[in-house]
Formats: sequence, C-alpha cells, structure tokens
Amino acid sequence: MTDYRQKYQTTPVIGWLLKDRGGMILLGILIAAAILVPLSNLLLPESSAFHVPTWMVSLLGKYLCYALLALSVDLIWGFCGILSLGHGAFFALGGYAMGMYLMRQIGDRGVYGDPILPDFMVFLNWQELPWYWYGFDMFWFAIVMAMFVPGLLAFVFGFLAFRSRVTGVYLSIITQAMTYALLLAFFRNDMGFGGNNGLTDFKDLLGYSLQSDGTRAGLFVASCVFLGICYVLARGITQSRLGKVLIAIRDAESRVRFTGYRVEYYKLFVFTVSAVMAGIAGALYVPQVGIINPGEFAPALSIEIVIWVAVGGRGTLYGAVLGAFIVNYAKTFFTGAMPDFWLFFLGGLFIAVTLFLPKGVIGAVPAFGSADRQSIITAWRKRRANEGGKA
Amino acid sequence: MRNDMFSMLRRSPFCIQQARKVVLGFGLLFACLLIFATALPKGAMAYSDEELRIVAEGLNAKSATQKIKVIEEMAADGDPRVAPILRAMLEGDLYVRESDEHIVITRKQGKVYTHIDIVSGEEVGESGSKEISKIKVNNRLRGVLRDALATLNLFSSDLTTRTNAVEQIMDARDPAMLPLLLRAIDREENETLLARMELARATMALAAGETTEERLAAIEVLSSETTPQIRAVLSQFVASAEAEGYEPEVVAAAEDALESVEGRLSTWQTVGDVYRGISLGSVLLLAAVGLAITFGVMGVINMAHGEMIMIGAYTTFMVQQALGSFLPSGSAWSLVISVPAAFLVAGAVGVVIERCVIRFLYGRPLETLLATWGVSLVLQQAIRTIFGATNQQVTAPDFMSGAIEFSTGLVLTYNRLWIILFSIIVVAGIAAVLRYTAFGLQMRAVTQNRRMAGSVGIRTGYVDALTFGLGSGIAGIAGVALSQISNVSPNLGQTYIIDSFMVVVFGGVGNLWGTVLGAFSLGIVNKFLEPMAGAVLAKIFVLIALILFIQKRPKGLFALKGRAVEA
Repeated sequence: MTDYRQKYQTTPVIGWLLKDRGGMILLGILIAAAILVPLSNLLLPESSAFHVPTWMVSLLGKYLCYALLALSVDLIWGFCGILSLGHGAFFALGGYAMGMYLMRQIGDRGVYGDPILPDFMVFLNWQELPWYWYGFDMFWFAIVMAMFVPGLLAFVFGFLAFRSRVTGVYLSIITQAMTYALLLAFFRNDMGFGGNNGLTDFKDLLGYSLQSDGTRAGLFVASCVFLGICYVLARGITQSRLGKVLIAIRDAESRVRFTGYRVEYYKLFVFTVSAVMAGIAGALYVPQVGIINPGEFAPALSIEIVIWVAVGGRGTLYGAVLGAFIVNYAKTFFTGAMPDFWLFFLGGLFIAVTLFLPKGVIGAVPAFGSADRQSIITAWRKRRANEGGKA
Repeated sequence: MRNDMFSMLRRSPFCIQQARKVVLGFGLLFACLLIFATALPKGAMAYSDEELRIVAEGLNAKSATQKIKVIEEMAADGDPRVAPILRAMLEGDLYVRESDEHIVITRKQGKVYTHIDIVSGEEVGESGSKEISKIKVNNRLRGVLRDALATLNLFSSDLTTRTNAVEQIMDARDPAMLPLLLRAIDREENETLLARMELARATMALAAGETTEERLAAIEVLSSETTPQIRAVLSQFVASAEAEGYEPEVVAAAEDALESVEGRLSTWQTVGDVYRGISLGSVLLLAAVGLAITFGVMGVINMAHGEMIMIGAYTTFMVQQALGSFLPSGSAWSLVISVPAAFLVAGAVGVVIERCVIRFLYGRPLETLLATWGVSLVLQQAIRTIFGATNQQVTAPDFMSGAIEFSTGLVLTYNRLWIILFSIIVVAGIAAVLRYTAFGLQMRAVTQNRRMAGSVGIRTGYVDALTFGLGSGIAGIAGVALSQISNVSPNLGQTYIIDSFMVVVFGGVGNLWGTVLGAFSLGIVNKFLEPMAGAVLAKIFVLIALILFIQKRPKGLFALKGRAVEA
C-alpha cells in the first residue's frame, strides 16, 4: 500500500517559509518594525532624529490594517480567482464589533452619562440595550464576534453563491450589492449602530486610554503581529495541497470540477478564512483611527482594496502588503498636498496597472519574477518529482 | 366671462367668417385681459384709505345693531383688507387706540400689544393694555362676523377664492355654515364647484341632518366619492354612531358606503403604487439600457457607465447655458437639442475609452472592470475640476413642469410621465437599430461569433468601438432625462451604477427585453415594498432578493440558451 501521506507530505512550515524570499523579507521588516518603532516612539526624546512621532505610529498602524485587508483579498483573488468587491463589508463588520466593545467601555463617561446605553441610543430615546449589544462589554467576546460575524456572513453568502456556481463578474456584482445593502442598512438609525455617525468618542481599550502613546504603540505591535500571523497562515494555505487546488480552480474551474473536486467547498473555505482576516483587520483598525461609520461599507472603498492588491502584485501575498502601503501612502500624500489630484492618480493607477503592469510592482522586479503562476507550477512539479523520486 | 367674450366678439371689427377661429382665440385673450384689467384694481381697492378708516370706525358703534350694519356693508364691498379686520374682531383682537381714536388690530405678546394698522397692514407701534380699549363683541355679533367672513370668500367673484372657501368649509364641517352653504349653492354657476359644494353639504348633513332621509341622501352622495377626506368623514361618523344614537339603517348605510370608499381608495392606492413603480422602472431602464448593450451584448463590464450618464447630464447643462446666453428665445428647446448633443458627446467619450483602454482587455472581464472603474474616477474628478463639486441647475421646460392631480390623492407629475414616454422611445429606438440597420446586423454577428464575423469581412474592431459608443451614447441620453429628476453633480453616475448592474443582471445579460422587464419589475416591487417598509428597507430587501435570485438563476430572467459550461 502506498503511503499517500508520506508521498505527498508537504514541506514543514519552516522549509517553505525559508524558500519564500518575499515573505521572509516581509516578516523581517514586520519584526523589526514591531520592536524598533515603539522603542523609538516611547524611549527616544522628541528631538532625536530617529524619534517616530505618535501620529506616525498610528498612521503606520492604519496602513498595517489595510495591508492585512489587502492580504485577505489577495488570498481569494490572487489564488482562487474570486474577485470580491465587497470585502470592505467584512472589514467594517469586524470594525463594528470592536467599536461596540469600545462603546461599552465608555460607560458613564459619555455626554449623557448613561452607564449602559451609548450616547446615540440615549439620544434616540431608547430605553434598553438591544439584544445584539449584549456581551460586547467583554473584550474576548468582541474579538470573537469580530471574527465570527464576518466569517458567518462570508460562509452563508459563499455557500449560496458558490453552490449555484455564480462566478466571475456576477460574483463581483453581487458582492458589491451585498456591501451596498449593508451600507444602506447601517445608515439606518433603527439598526442600533449609530446610523450616519457610526460609533466614535472611544475612551479606552482594556483599561488603557486610547490617547496615550503606550496604547498606540501597543496597537501598532498588535497590527504587526496579526499581519505576520495572517501572512504565515495565508502562505500556509497557498503552499498546501489545498492551495494547489485553489490555484487550479482559479485557472480552470470547470476542469477541476470535472476531475472530481468539490470546487465550491474549496472556495467556501478560502472565502471564509479571508473574511475572518478582513474582520481582524477591521477590529485592529477601529481603535487606531477612533471611529467606525457606515462609510466603510461604501462599494467604492471595496474596489479600492482590489487596486492595492493589483498594484502590489496579485497572487504573491507580500505584493498585496506592499501595494496597500504604496497606494495608501500616495493617498495620504495627495489628499494632503493636492486633493484634486488624488482621484486622477487613483483612476490612472487602475488603468495603468491593468494595462501595463498585470503582475504589479512585484512582477516588475526580476528577483521576484518567480511569483508568477507558471514558475510556481514549474517549481511545484519539480518538487513533486523530487519527492516522488525519494519515495 | 362667457358673455364678455361674446360681447367682445360682436364689437370686434375682425369678425368675418374666414377669420373666425383666429378672432375667437384673440377675442378670448382680449376678453380675459379686459376682465383682468378692469376687475383687478376695482376688486382690490374698493375703499380709499380714508374711507376704510371712516367706515371701520363704525365698528365701534354703541349698539350691536349698528355694528351689524357696518359689518354687512363692509363684507358686501369686497375689499381684501376687510377680511383681516373682521377676523380680528371675531377673535377679539380689534382695539381702539385712545390717543387718536384709530382702530387697530393687535397682537398680544406678554403684556405688550403690537398695533397693526388696518389700512396699511403694517405695525404702527405698541402699548400696554391701558392705552387701548377693546371693541366688544357678543354672541350675536360673532355669528354675523363668521357669516360675513365666509360670505366674503364664498360669494367672492374669484373662482379660486370660492373653491378655497368650500374646501375650508368641508374641512371644518361646522353645521352653522350649512344655511350659508345652501345659499351659495343656489347662486353658484360653476359646475365643478357646485359638485364640491354639494359634497360639502353632504358631509355636514351627515351629522347635522334633521331626518333619516336627509342622512341617507347625504351618505348616498358621499359614497360616490373617492377621496381620503370622505373616508375620514365616514369613519368618524361610524365611530361616533353609538354615542350619538343614530338610526341603525343610517349606520348600516354609512358602513356600506365606508367599505366601498375604502375599497376604491385601496384600488387607487395600488394604481398609484404601480404608477410610481413604472416611473422608477423607467428611470432604472434609462440608466441600464446602455449597459445592456455594453455589458449584455459586448460582455464588457463598464464601471464608467454611470459617468456616461453624468456626462449626458452635464451636456444638458452646457446646452442650456449656451442657449441661455446666445439664443434666449430658444431656451425652451434646450432639452430637445440636448438629446442628440448628449448622445454625441457621451458616445465620443465611449469610443475613445474603448479604443484606448478596453480593446486591450477583451476576454479579461475582471481587469476590464478595474480599468473602467479607474476611468470613472478620472471622469468624475475631471468634471469636478471643471464645473466644481456643487450641483448644477438644470431648469425644467414648461411642458415638463406641473402635474395632473386626481382627487383620490394620485398625482402624476409631467416630468415623470415624459420620462416614462422617453424611456419607451429610447428602447424602441435601440431595438430598431439592432433589428433593422446594417450596423445592428454586424453587431449581432460579432456578438454571436466574432471570428466568423471577421472572416466574412466585418471589421470587428470597428464594430466593437461603435457598439461601445452606442451604449455610452444611450447612457448620455439617459443623462438628459435624469438631469430633470436628480442633482446634476459629479456623483450623479455613482447613484445609478449599482442599480443599473442589478437591472441588467436580473433581466438577463444580452437580452434587451429582459432589461426592460427587469427594470419595470424591480421598480414596481420597490414601490410596493416602500409603504410597508420605508424607502431604505425596501431597497435593502430588493438587493437581498436579487442576491438570492441570482443563486437560483445565475444568468438572469432570460438567459441566452446554450450548453456552455462557462459563459
């Protein structure tokens, strides 16, 4: 009897991580940043040339959340061909879960001083907390919900969509419809999520004031850590045999189906994982920017995420992180320096990248050329041949 | 008015057989003008300022009988300034100022009385209660005053004033007004108003009627009407039947009448919902039909479609501005000129986009989606940079303003009616182009089999560019219509893009009739849900329903038949 386990044994984690050059660089940068940035912010005097100001820490932390969001999109778009134009919805749901926790933490320090009800509920004359706000005074519950709610939505949505074989543009359009519907819903005051204004005026997290440098540095480190963990997780998925099936689905879905794979389950799995990652990104994002409102559900934002991935390099994971940093840095720069020019730039980026840089910035760097699909497949075949030879 | 017109005609020197129609028209116009010219100043200023002051001083006469005489005289005169004076007197706000014996209307605020001159209607000072003395009114006087006020309006020579008076009476349903109303009915000549008066009489006779017959007759009259107002009258009557001890047969008749009124009202409600649904559907159709060509026929996901609509709307604005400054007399035609202009401008932009961007991305729908999204951002910002972020004013031409109002509460605005008509014309036009022109034939050929079409000599690239131009041009035309109902701003396109995609996907890609059906059914479903759930929830429901619908039929209502695994 052939031992299939042994025959197709995947390389141990450290093994494939070492081979992933871009990933190693990314993880190295993340570890360095997680140590150096807080140290320089908290310990060095402000006059020092190496001092990182607090606003910069928050800004970088925000970029890290965007990077995690981009990573989650790349996982499904780059490796499974699912172009979700509604990933902002999962991000926002995660953000709302965290926002609800932070809202409950305000306690009686709100404008109206109600010990239980958030300000906007007092303002709307609500007498008691809606049932879905129960439990959000506990941190662990909020964190679980920040992952569970986006995951559940993605699971249900994906189950319906993939089972009926809604693919390609159709899937993109209905994901867009999903986030649009949520946008409209969260704008309603009756929903109990603060309507138009969303949730804001947060005071502290786990007892630490959100305004203090220490908390901000802590959130920055947490963002680095979660981005690193999610990167390794995403890389693990794409390196596994499941990942190979995902790539096959991306390239020839029907063929994979005809060879006997239940395509919809593979897609459902990766879609749900991706939504959970987006939820985590949202939960990390909200305490750092201090507000979550329905604007995060806007379809336009969800499409913007896709361009981060495309700019960096689709199907590389670290490219998505790079793209998120490039585009968002450009956004910060343009909206500050010449706001009128920002949309021209962003629009031009969309056109230029799709026309001239289909592999993104990473694809343009020869050292990372191996990121493209053909060489991955070649490398995989080679490895399989080697392993087969050994067995 | 009729008599005046004919007398005018008799006197007219142009009154010869051949020119009869012309003369009739002009005669009518002149007669109207004449009446207007003579009636206006006379009716408006019956008293001179001094006369009014003197006559009004009679209101402060010693005996009530004298006061009544003055009131009646004033009421009969028809001076518009009389009504406020009498109303003030009725409400006890009419005072005599001790200092100069002038009569003033006062407004009390705390302890301060503001004086308003009865002649000019302006504030002429203020004082405490000591410096003025109230003109006393008793119950008899109040009745007279009330009648006089109603008479002033009810017997006014102006039809609108009379109509308003009748409506007021109908709303108030004060039984004391019944005798007056009866007198007015005797004198009224206008048929429509007479009918309203009879109705008003019936609403009052219902509660105030003396005999069973009278009440039954009133119910009879009421049951033939279909307005929310009458429903209120009847349900109030039925509700108070027990307390007031009305006769059982009257109550039964009233209940029947109420039921039939309600039945008819709910039918009208449905008609109204359908109309509003069709109206929304026609807007969706206009927005989506261009997309049905680019997405449906070519398979190109054009996220910049909304911006083509926006360009159309801005073209309308430009045409209007240009006509306004160069040819003011032609500005009424601006919309008509805008239609071809918007088609050309948006179509040209479409062709440029197709040649510069989209043609490199055929067969890669997701990339097309992203690139066209980029195009849409650039276009939006370009418009914002050129015109500014604020809304531009596009005025409606005369034939599009106004509305047909039904007494049942249904209002059909002309602009919506025009848009419904316009959307039908546009769709019929597209269908004709696709079906009967050589270009349509080539377009269908390229859609069905690009390589075969190419090999029989059709320049596929050329057809692609023109098809995309056609779709964009149609979006531009839609922009002309939508400029009439939405804000012309750089965000105009964004508001329609998702809806447009929903319509096309729901109707079935590549099927014009699917788009038509999709647009109208989405519009109607939306409007039927709105009264139950509110506008936003209705929209959310429709979106969710659509997401679920696509699970069931991934290729829309009317899918193109085929055996392909992957479309």
